Amino acid sequence: MMGQTAVAVKADNFYHQSTNKYSGILSWLLTIDHKRIGLMYMVSIIFFFLVGVIVGVLMRLELMAPGKTIVDAQTYNALFTLHGVIMIFLFIIPGLPAIFGNFFLPIQIGARDVAFPRLNLLSYYLYVIGAVLALLSLVLPGGPIDTGWTFYIPYSVRSTTNISLPLLAAFILGFSSILTGLNFITTVHRLRAPGMGFFKMPLFVWATYATAWVQIIATPVVGITILLVIIERLFGVGIFDPALGGDPILFQHMFWIYSHPAVYIMILPAMGVVSEIIPTFSRRTIFGYTAIAMSSLAIAFVGYLVWAHHMFTSGMSDTARWIFSLLTFLVALPSGVKVFNWVATMYKGSIDPQPPFLWVMAFIFLFSIGGLTGLVLGALATDVHVHDTYFVVAHFHFVMFGGTGTIFFAALHYWFPKMFGRMYNVKFARISVATFFIGFMLLYFPKFIMGYMGMPRRYYDYLPQFANLQMISTIGSWILSGTIFFIVGYLLHALFKGPKAPSNPWGGVTLEWHIQSPPIMENFKTIPTITHEPYDFSQLKEMKNA
Amino acid sequence: MRNDHEAVVVEQHVHRDDVGARMGMWLFLFTEVLLFGGMFLVYAVYRYQHTNDFRLAAMELNTGIGTLNTIILLTSSLTVALAIAAIQKKNKFLSILLLSVTILFAFMFMVNKYFEWSAKFEHGIYPGSEELLNRSNGQILFFGLYYVMTGLHGLHVIIGVVILLFILVFIIRDKVTFDNYVKLENAGLYWHLVDLIWIFLFPLFYLIQ
Ligand code: HEM
Ligand SMILES: [Cu+2]
Repeated sequence: MMGQTAVAVKADNFYHQSTNKYSGILSWLLTIDHKRIGLMYMVSIIFFFLVGVIVGVLMRLELMAPGKTIVDAQTYNALFTLHGVIMIFLFIIPGLPAIFGNFFLPIQIGARDVAFPRLNLLSYYLYVIGAVLALLSLVLPGGPIDTGWTFYIPYSVRSTTNISLPLLAAFILGFSSILTGLNFITTVHRLRAPGMGFFKMPLFVWATYATAWVQIIATPVVGITILLVIIERLFGVGIFDPALGGDPILFQHMFWIYSHPAVYIMILPAMGVVSEIIPTFSRRTIFGYTAIAMSSLAIAFVGYLVWAHHMFTSGMSDTARWIFSLLTFLVALPSGVKVFNWVATMYKGSIDPQPPFLWVMAFIFLFSIGGLTGLVLGALATDVHVHDTYFVVAHFHFVMFGGTGTIFFAALHYWFPKMFGRMYNVKFARISVATFFIGFMLLYFPKFIMGYMGMPRRYYDYLPQFANLQMISTIGSWILSGTIFFIVGYLLHALFKGPKAPSNPWGGVTLEWHIQSPPIMENFKTIPTITHEPYDFSQLKEMKNA
Repeated sequence: MRNDHEAVVVEQHVHRDDVGARMGMWLFLFTEVLLFGGMFLVYAVYRYQHTNDFRLAAMELNTGIGTLNTIILLTSSLTVALAIAAIQKKNKFLSILLLSVTILFAFMFMVNKYFEWSAKFEHGIYPGSEELLNRSNGQILFFGLYYVMTGLHGLHVIIGVVILLFILVFIIRDKVTFDNYVKLENAGLYWHLVDLIWIFLFPLFYLIQ
């Protein structure tokens, strides 16, 4: 009897339980389990992230010395476009929601799955189709797209490279994003466990929920904009062509009506993860729960009204410019609310500096630099000076990579034991945070200075006075990319050889820490009834797995 | 519980949530409205800039066909709503009939559209045509938008027909029944949206002259 029970326990998690009649690879490819879909996203997204990193490093090699170093100007144009498209559409926008949202949102609200499991699988395949089309466009005759990830008109209509196919890919990826958002909103409304009121939801759920709204509200606008560019290329309708009466600036408006809210699709889930990690490692309930939850919604809303700060130099009335500038400053407020609440949560907490917490510390530092330099770009007088320079490149790497990218690693280290039931080498993880931070600062901080001195973005060559700073930046890219591959390495090692992780290694109290690692198919044997506040650490005593 | 080493097939909890399904559909329709919203925005901007040209160009559209198509689509919205009512009353046959009529109306709409567009093509009015390029910018934009917006709407009509055909099969095979008809309801919602968008397109292109 004993032996049999042991076997049962061994097979008793979602890796060994299929939702369909297949076993092996097909049981994964056709699965409708939210955890398996989350993991499939994880494999694909990390793969593209690494490709993007390699392209980034190649660009840095080209910029190591003035003049042509390894690639010519046209190839450089293709490289930064490819890098931007991969990082934005294939890594950072889907990243946190599609992987960790899929895996943990249903668990954290006490549900067995998302509201529409089949639609969830469809979203995944749309993601794959979009990615494949984008890659296909690189090798087809015509050559890789060279417009930059912003696809600005009129160049995107005139360029003879393959534009329509990657645009179609972006459209399909947008569709995938919309379906995920729609699924999450319905899940949160319909599948919360008994007792899980809206204000008992973990903050990661709140953040993902707010993100989902941005996904469905903003994405269709870029969808139609992209379609219009494709139509323009195919039929020459003239909607954006000044020769026929059209207005290229209108394209910029429509593009940024999506693409600014898209930065909140990137950052909101990251802020949600931070709000999970800080209480767990401070052993203290979150300070200002309602303020954090509501600030997510406020960001989602106000973030909708600031798009034209990307166009201060494109030609707009002065009135429009100062209104957009003012709104841009306003949207910084809810972000500030969050940072103060996080810091207040740590105050007098008993802090346990485990790797996820260290990643969060790196995040707060890097993201604050990104946020504050954002104000330089949001102010009219200074933006005119640094617009389209390396200052902007530095700024968005600090917010996207230093912000969301760092939290991607935080989330990975926080939930790894739950997802895989194994533990990684904590010492390696601590070292990685340090080298990541050093590499990051070396790579991107010089770009602020160069930008301020006038180095334009998207150039493959530069004046000799930038040589030293460019060299430092390139060295930073080696340290940073080395760290990233090191992380992937020790996590892969842990996946196969790591020691078994207990079901609650960090002493967390949200629902995912109440169940076994890895979870069973459908997560709960019986749906729990929620009685506690989300970050009530007094439950730790009652939790038998603590 | 089975406990072999091999993958264990877990009985999925059959989870049916009609309210959730409808909610998902409404959210999706919301994104469709925003998709067309982008087009309406473009239309508004250019109409404001070229008011007179838009009026001149609009006079060339065939208001007769436009009106006919409006009547057709409105009626088809009615028949799809009645198809839902019929299945609720357990009248499978009537529901199938009404749904088929809806699809028939959709075909009529597309046929009219075809004749309308080909007439324009015969007069040499299509994107990039010589006739059109000789006209003022406002008129070029008007016809450009006309083709793009009614074209996109036509695409939605076709998608709607495909969806309705699927539902038709479901009803015939008793997958959609009097106590489980949320799929039909959602298809109906989609069809109403197609109708709704046309109700805005019609005055914007055919009536304001
Ligand atoms: C080791 C990692 C990375 C390196 C070495 C790197 C390096 C670079 C370089 C050299 C450029 C071109 C600057 C120019 O000439 O204008 C660039 C552009 C860009 N990067 Fe990165 N980057 C990295 C990671 C990331 C990440 C994680 C993201 C997003 C989350 C990102 C997003 C972008 C975007 C959107 C652009 C603009 C592309 C365009 O101009 O169209 N990068 N990066
Ligand atoms: Cu912005």
